[in-house]
Amino acid sequence: MVNAGGARMMEVGAVLPEKVFYIDRELLKQYADASGDQNPIHQNEEFALSVGLPNVIAHGMLSMALVGKYVSDFAGGSAKVLEYGARFTKPVIVPVGEKVDLTVSATVSELGDDSISLTLSATSAGVKVLGMAKAVVRK
Amino acid sequence: MLNPDSVGRTFAGTDVITISQSEIDAFCAVIGETETEIAPPTFTIRITLTQFEEILTQPEIGLDWSRLVHGDQKFEIFSPVKAGDGLTCAATIESYRVAAGSEIVTVRSDLQRAGELVISAWSTLVVRA
Repeated sequence: MVNAGGARMMEVGAVLPEKVFYIDRELLKQYADASGDQNPIHQNEEFALSVGLPNVIAHGMLSMALVGKYVSDFAGGSAKVLEYGARFTKPVIVPVGEKVDLTVSATVSELGDDSISLTLSATSAGVKVLGMAKAVVRK
Repeated sequence: MLNPDSVGRTFAGTDVITISQSEIDAFCAVIGETETEIAPPTFTIRITLTQFEEILTQPEIGLDWSRLVHGDQKFEIFSPVKAGDGLTCAATIESYRVAAGSEIVTVRSDLQRAGELVISAWSTLVVRA
């Protein structure tokens, strides 16, 4: 992946390479343990259905963590990520036994003297799951 | 319902939370991050959301955490977080409104290391009608 050093030649509007992450029930359990968010809607199908969800859904913050990895890779390390935000528009639905995609891409939206701003895109099964997703990284 | 008098209040956590390498490693493992010296950008959400839950569910504040969904999230990172950092967390209820019966509250979390601001994080939390 291109890092921020290589990205200095970039222009506003440049599209960064797409990366696909895969999410399954095992990863949801792993994220629950790593983050402390043990909400059963992310692990227990019966519970998820009982509260009106179509199936177990991924933690919104897991999607944000994975997109954060994309941003860190672009920036050349987590230490260069200055700002990062997103809106959770639709859930990532994770049926048992399946690996669902989280497909991430970005566009350079602004070039500052010391920083690069990205507009991020994240979809799962073709559905946009993050809105207004933006990051600012140090050059 | 959230007590409207709580909007604008800041709740300063007194506990110092010490970040361990094993916590960072576990978070990095989930996202496939092999550079584990610096915590990933969203790592501190575990501290922030735990404190928000403690504060907002106090009887005097009155938010119903069981019907809560995460609306949006933003981080401003002033200094990278590493293992060994001792962080304190102050939470401020910035805004509150009711729309179509759902309660929408925005909370800011300021994490400090020895008095220095490390991360500010904004969470919009929605209690579904």
